[in-house]
Amino acid sequence: MIEVRDLHKAFGNVKAVDGVSFMARDGEITGLLGPNGAGKTTTLRMLYTLMTPDRGQVLVDGIDAAIDPLGVRRRLGVLPDARGLYKRLTARENIDYFARLHGLPEALLADRRDALIKALEMDDIADRRTEGFSQGQRVKTAIARALVHDPRNVILDEPTNGLDVMATRALRQFMGRLKGEGRCVLFSSHIMQEVAALCDRIVVIAHGRVVADESPDALRAQTGENNLEDAFVKIIGSEEGLVA
Amino acid sequence: MNTVPTKVRRSRAFLTVFLKEVTENLRDRRTLISAFLTGPLLGPLLFVMLLNITLNRELDKAERPLPVPVIGAEYAPNLIDALKAGGIVPGAPIADPERAVRKQDADVVLRIASDYGSAWRKGEPVQVELIYDSSQRDANTAVGRVSQLVEGYARQQGALRLVARGLSPTTASPLLVARRDQATPQSRAVLMFAMLPYFFVITIFMGGMYLAIDLTAGERERQSLEPLFANPVPRWKILSGKLAAICAFSTVSLLITLLAFAVVGRFIPAEKVGMELDLGLHFAAYVLLLMLPVVLLLAALQSMVAAFAKSYREAQTYLSLLMLVPIIPSLVLAIMPIKAQAWMYAAPLLGQSLGIMQLLRGDGVTPGQIGLCLSGTLATAVIAVLLTIQLYRSERLAISA
Repeated sequence: MIEVRDLHKAFGNVKAVDGVSFMARDGEITGLLGPNGAGKTTTLRMLYTLMTPDRGQVLVDGIDAAIDPLGVRRRLGVLPDARGLYKRLTARENIDYFARLHGLPEALLADRRDALIKALEMDDIADRRTEGFSQGQRVKTAIARALVHDPRNVILDEPTNGLDVMATRALRQFMGRLKGEGRCVLFSSHIMQEVAALCDRIVVIAHGRVVADESPDALRAQTGENNLEDAFVKIIGSEEGLVA
Repeated sequence: MNTVPTKVRRSRAFLTVFLKEVTENLRDRRTLISAFLTGPLLGPLLFVMLLNITLNRELDKAERPLPVPVIGAEYAPNLIDALKAGGIVPGAPIADPERAVRKQDADVVLRIASDYGSAWRKGEPVQVELIYDSSQRDANTAVGRVSQLVEGYARQQGALRLVARGLSPTTASPLLVARRDQATPQSRAVLMFAMLPYFFVITIFMGGMYLAIDLTAGERERQSLEPLFANPVPRWKILSGKLAAICAFSTVSLLITLLAFAVVGRFIPAEKVGMELDLGLHFAAYVLLLMLPVVLLLAALQSMVAAFAKSYREAQTYLSLLMLVPIIPSLVLAIMPIKAQAWMYAAPLLGQSLGIMQLLRGDGVTPGQIGLCLSGTLATAVIAVLLTIQLYRSERLAISA
């Protein structure tokens, strides 16, 4: 479970995140939706302790990120906006590297890694160096790397960015599977159809603030719009940056 | 699922990062070539080539038959014979000796006046002209040889004349100068080897350079720092692993270069010009010891400088500039032969330069000097590492633009 309370973060005069609070529960997919530049990535970066909030609190499974950042990171699987694979290592070596940094014993490491390679259907690329991987292959490797320590909470920043239709579908199914396993899945997107199709709960962020935190149905009811896209536009107050 | 690893085996994080960096960089051809080929071998090769050219030139000048154009050779056959005995080959007279010397057609020209014979027979002093250009450094050995032979001949003939008049030759030489040169064969070599310490520093530098760039600017460019920092490992441990990888590469570079110097040292004909050069194992071991803290210092400095760069290329530019800094102590020692004070051994790089020069001179280094050298540089290295860790902690570092 991830809980965010009144997060603030400013870069110079720009308030990137200006009082964001929400909760992502276990066994649910929570979508962080907002136009480009709304503060999604900054919020997530504070969640996985890459950045320190100016104000506010982050709790992961009840652990305060400000007090025990390593404990928080141990409970998170993170796919950052920047996938950043090591191109001179194979996919398998990339996964193993992070597994070892998580302190997994070698036997367990091999089991988990092989299970993920199978689940993400990447047998054919596992022993290739990641240089020259397609976007989809890169995301798969990065996800396997993020999940190899079997975290209860999974954070995915724009996971479908740059993926083709088939890869996107496969990824959505995989996220559903993570939810089925009882994990807390939090992902960000600027694509509203994706969020609508996947999420149990939608947190809409605009200009660094949470402007809605509802289930898709409640969102429709609240705005009086039948169509989710219209509902979003109404909430955000502009059509800027929303890709249908 | 969700057996959150109770306790991360922390000691392994350092080793994991270290091994990964080593593996990854061993697969990069550019890094390999720079660290294990051009970096460590270019120095010794260049060094040997330059030395051989210089030494052979000196040798040639000292022993080779020296052709000297002589004007008026027919007036002084005995003098010419004496010169021939000294290895000089008298050549045909030339029309304009002054011009020939300036144009470097001849190193030196000997001119004997036409009244040489008559003056000699009357016992009057005669003049023999040596025409040369002292700004042509190349010619100096030749000039020295000819004038020495001529003066020797003059002294000999003078002595004979005294004997013929029943006087002791010593009457004409009331004073004798005895030169006692305290230079040892090794110390004569030192002048030529003033730049040697810099070669070692450059090698260490080149060995770790690409890793240092990769560590910050490279990771940032390929955006891998952010996912890396999402792992439950403190940043300073990640940095330590990376620094260790840099140190490993630069130490191997240094070892290769020391080995190369030990091998090529045998091919330098130093002893022929009265110099002694010991670049063997004993020398290598001392250099390695003196240079170990430099390895750490340079690793930290390189990482620090590279961390300021936004891209790989920018980092490369910065580091090329940084590479010029360690040349300063070597230059200072080469131009100004200062007398070493104790504190100088504690100054990073300067201490190493002094120590290596002493080793070359054959004086050896005292344990006290080694201690000063190691502790001074190590302290600086630790400060540099701490500063780099501080820099590595910054929030902005991880975020790719």
